[in-house]
Amino acid sequence: MSWINLSALWKIVVFGLVAGAGLPALFAGGLYALSLGPHRARAATAGGDGGDSDVLVGGSVAGIVIAALCFLIVLAAVGWSIYEIYQIGHPAPAKK
Amino acid sequence: MLALVVITALAFDFTNGFHDTGNAMATSIATGALGPRTAVAISGALNFVGAFLSLAVAATIANGLVDTADVTLTVVAAGLAGGIIWNLLTWLLGIPSSSSHALIGGVIGSTIAAAGGSAVLWHGLVSKVVIPAALSPIIAALVAAVGTWSLYRITRSLTEAARGHGFRIGQIGSACLVSLAHGTNDAQKTMGVITLALIANGTLAKGSNAPIWVIVSCALAISLGTYIGGWRVIRTLGKGLVEISSPQGMAAESASAAVILLSSSFGYSLSTTHVATGSIIGTGLGKKGAEVRWNVAGRMATAWVFTLPSAGLVGAGAYALADGVHGTLGVIVILIVLAVLSGLIYWRSRGSKVDHNNVNAEWTGTVAPAEPEPAAAAS
Repeated sequence: MSWINLSALWKIVVFGLVAGAGLPALFAGGLYALSLGPHRARAATAGGDGGDSDVLVGGSVAGIVIAALCFLIVLAAVGWSIYEIYQIGHPAPAKK
Repeated sequence: MLALVVITALAFDFTNGFHDTGNAMATSIATGALGPRTAVAISGALNFVGAFLSLAVAATIANGLVDTADVTLTVVAAGLAGGIIWNLLTWLLGIPSSSSHALIGGVIGSTIAAAGGSAVLWHGLVSKVVIPAALSPIIAALVAAVGTWSLYRITRSLTEAARGHGFRIGQIGSACLVSLAHGTNDAQKTMGVITLALIANGTLAKGSNAPIWVIVSCALAISLGTYIGGWRVIRTLGKGLVEISSPQGMAAESASAAVILLSSSFGYSLSTTHVATGSIIGTGLGKKGAEVRWNVAGRMATAWVFTLPSAGLVGAGAYALADGVHGTLGVIVILIVLAVLSGLIYWRSRGSKVDHNNVNAEWTGTVAPAEPEPAAAAS
């Protein structure tokens, strides 16, 4: 009987970092990819007012595709984690 | 008698809900990602869903903290009274203290008063409650700091406004996850206590899981409480600790959700409040130039340290009172005292009202905004 369950602790830290910091970072990557393209270039060169545009979509096709991929991975990871937690949290019917 | 205890437990669940709305929604409300009322409605619904997601924590509370052989219904009722009173007091002061610790402290206090220290499973208490309570805010702060730093790094070429816009959308998702996580951890605690009461009453066998009607009624109580919304705590968390931007909000929420969900599935009954606070401090540390109001953080930490013992004392006092009167009447006496105190605290809170109108007013060092200006706040 140990006081600290070390294996649970490191799992919480590692998975916490992957899910809690990694997934939002992926979301950020998606936002960055989405912003690529002509619109962004214009906003940057305009400076002043134009530099503070809140337009998200830059217009580059590749960027949009990569962004969509990033967002999908985030959603899938969230869905999968919730499913896993449901499995672990209802031990009675599960075989393991 | 059993019915009285169950009702008290559901009342606790309700206070838990409105005490903790802030954990999930404070940052979204502070950054304007969600309107205050929309936020509490979504949060309430997801708490309901989350309550069904995992039952590990309920099992810890029901069977892992006190020796069920020594627990009577009076003990459970007295413990609940301790938890509720502490919850309402901290809510009045706008301190996001842990509802979980209030409940656990209350139950342990009344158990000690009833059966002595040997009835408490100290190992379970320390390894599943005290140590997670100390570590979880640190882990959450670490995750949130890493998250905040990388979000700013990755999106550094975006304009300020575009970044704010994008992350406000992301925040809606991450805030929803926190609400879900809250249901998996906090709704469980009341389920655990009701299960404990049922075991004490002999309705359920020792070591049982929560029956379905318990799960449903707890889920309902916590989501209603969440919907009513604890505007005071939302204000302290969203405005008091750090001024928060939407990338920070998303990083904080993701960190909280990840840590709470992971811990829930290990059966750790950690405090969502501690985790959310840790995350918010973490985003303050992860962003250059952001300032953490350590005095507010210190005030919270003090309240945290006191929560377990104080709720325990109230629980023990309530037990002594009930035991002096004896039987069902004793429980009724506790409930009357509880109702009177709750009424008093509610009445006190009207004096400095915090609601969805002024929840985001500029932080002036106090929980209630300095001057209630209805016209300005409404716009």
